[in-house]
Amino acid sequence: MQSRFEQGVNRIVRLGRKGCDVMEALGRAGLFLGQSAVGVPSREGWYLWLRQMHFVGVLSLAIVVVSGLFIGMVLALQGYTILVDFGAEQALGQMVALSLLRELAPVVAALLFAGRAGSALTAEIGLMKATEQLTSMEMIGVDPLRRVIAPRLWAGFVALPILTVGFGVVGIWGGYLVGVQWLGVFEGSYWSNMQASVSFVSDVGNGMIKSLVFAIVVTWIAVFQGYDLVPTSEGISRATTRTVVYSSLAVLGLDFVLTAVMFGGL
Amino acid sequence: MKRSKTMEFGVGLFMLAGIIGLVFLGLRVSGLSLAAPSETFRLDANFANIGGLKPRARVTMAGVTVGRVESIDLDTEWYDAKVTLRLDSGLEGQLSRDTTAAILTAGLLGEQYIGLSVGGDPDMLADGDTIRDTQSALVLEELIQQFVSNMASN
Repeated sequence: MQSRFEQGVNRIVRLGRKGCDVMEALGRAGLFLGQSAVGVPSREGWYLWLRQMHFVGVLSLAIVVVSGLFIGMVLALQGYTILVDFGAEQALGQMVALSLLRELAPVVAALLFAGRAGSALTAEIGLMKATEQLTSMEMIGVDPLRRVIAPRLWAGFVALPILTVGFGVVGIWGGYLVGVQWLGVFEGSYWSNMQASVSFVSDVGNGMIKSLVFAIVVTWIAVFQGYDLVPTSEGISRATTRTVVYSSLAVLGLDFVLTAVMFGGL
Repeated sequence: MKRSKTMEFGVGLFMLAGIIGLVFLGLRVSGLSLAAPSETFRLDANFANIGGLKPRARVTMAGVTVGRVESIDLDTEWYDAKVTLRLDSGLEGQLSRDTTAAILTAGLLGEQYIGLSVGGDPDMLADGDTIRDTQSALVLEELIQQFVSNMASN
């Protein structure tokens, strides 16, 4: 029978151990990113990167483009019903373009990317670990960080900003379809209001910076969760879930911080 | 490792699509022009009240856009707003010294812009000159206040 005092001490000990575990995981993740992202890719490495670009980027294009189209269309539809009350439906282009470029394109593309590509990366690397492919690579003198991890990281870093551009372009086009072709906003004011209010550096540029930050965070989380999981079938499923949950939370949280810094006048 | 031409082609196409998309965002959406920034010259104008005028607002003449608002500062000498305009250099030496600048509104709730109209002075405004004859923005609250106080005094 433990005394109350001992129970209290044990609780504090457990809390401390948990804190140490979190710190260790963060440290491992940081070292992992540092070790795998640096290093000049060889010719072979370049080709590995290309293959990952195909999987992570090209094959994600369809879902990103279709979502972008529908989000642009819905923005135009919703915006029109509100703006028309104030007789300001000419500002539709401005509203669609600014909300897409500043917020929706980087955030939604990153969320879709986490679901479509991030989870697959985690599961793939996790299965490699569970079937001891990573260990065997080390046995034959191939560094798995450079052979397996680095191409996937770099593919993610490059692919997500490109997907974000695609999302924005298709979204603006979707807004044009609904606003101009269907609801009858004057085409000239759709584009000219947009051009008058969107600035390339502070809107498109900041959106791209956001998207690059999201790309680094989402790919990092996905690849690290795969590399660091418990190598069992349950471990893989847990890690895949964690990838999607952590990346979504990180993207939404970082988005608030970045928006506050970029557009909030901080 | 087996090389696949179609995959390489797909990735190339993907990257190219990204670049084209960025160009579209630059040219069509944010209205950058490929041509080198055209020659401009600068004019200042002091307004008693600029209302909701913002940097990058249009400067028009007879409805035609001839430039943009570059910056808006508070002039601490006169305690009014000093608006710096960038106009196309085609107009340099073409605007008379008594040109007036007015802050106008597009529609009832639309964006505010500056309208210039020329006078008849033979002297012309040069780069860096100040437009003296200005008309402030129409502030709806002030107008209503005036109207109400007129009603009360009648």
